[in-house]
Amino acid sequence: MPENSVSADLQTESDKMVEWTDFERNTIQDIFSRIEYDVVGPAALARCLVVYPWTQRYFGGFGNLYNAAAIKGNPMVSKHGTTILNGLERAVKNMDDITNTYAELSVLHSEKLHVDPDNFKLLADCLTIVVAAQLGNEFTGEVQAAFQKFLAVVVSALGRQYR
Amino acid sequence: MTSLTAKDKQTVKAFWAKVSGKSEDIGAAAVARMLVVYPQTKTYFSHWQDQSPHSAAARKHGITVMMGVGDAVTKIDDLKEGLRELSELHAFTLRVDPGNFKILSHNILVVMAIMFPIDFTPDVHVSLDKFLAAVSLALAEKYR
Repeated sequence: MPENSVSADLQTESDKMVEWTDFERNTIQDIFSRIEYDVVGPAALARCLVVYPWTQRYFGGFGNLYNAAAIKGNPMVSKHGTTILNGLERAVKNMDDITNTYAELSVLHSEKLHVDPDNFKLLADCLTIVVAAQLGNEFTGEVQAAFQKFLAVVVSALGRQYR
Repeated sequence: MTSLTAKDKQTVKAFWAKVSGKSEDIGAAAVARMLVVYPQTKTYFSHWQDQSPHSAAARKHGITVMMGVGDAVTKIDDLKEGLRELSELHAFTLRVDPGNFKILSHNILVVMAIMFPIDFTPDVHVSLDKFLAAVSLALAEKYR
């Protein structure tokens, strides 16, 4: 599948190379303290399954994903969306050590779930869109840059343990 | 990439009818956002005296881009032929790397989400994403 996402491709060897400005730290903490995980998570995952339908391949056991309405109303999708946001919170709380924080999750996604890591970027783009809709004009270009940088580091860490 | 279904075209036209009144604001916001979030895109605008995202030049450019998008909506049944001249402009004169079309498209989608959070549903999102990808492809047609 050709590259679909525009999230930055952050090739880092270790988090020592990821420098966060005060603005970026504060922005990430602020966003995650304001969004409702059980609203944003489900909305982002549902949007991903609709906009990039091939991602549905990982959710064969989730039942009815037939159309946008079914996806939106699917309780397993909602629950998993919330799980994802709770997982992201771990990175929010450990911004200086995201790679190690996610080592186990990376192994899980690669060895057990067999998720193509390109899909992480697709979900990241949907998360950006959903958070933008939630925050409105407060989601300025500078805030978007910080948020996308954070997600790029997360995506890179999740892809780290793939062999 | 996948071609536009009848449903995609209908969705894009209906959504555009709703939002086109704000087309200038959408374009200006998308270009401003692109310049901030993807600073490498500023390299195409070194001729602007004022490189800041909310400068008059940036706003004007956003308006121009969005007029092009609106025009593309009317030519949705044959984008390759409809955008032939624009493609020639981008290929021979502007020579914008086509990777940037995806970047600008992404920022257009982000602006839609901010300005039209209720109307920019996942169904609209997928059709608009496909449409912008098709426009980008048509714009790159004459490149080589």
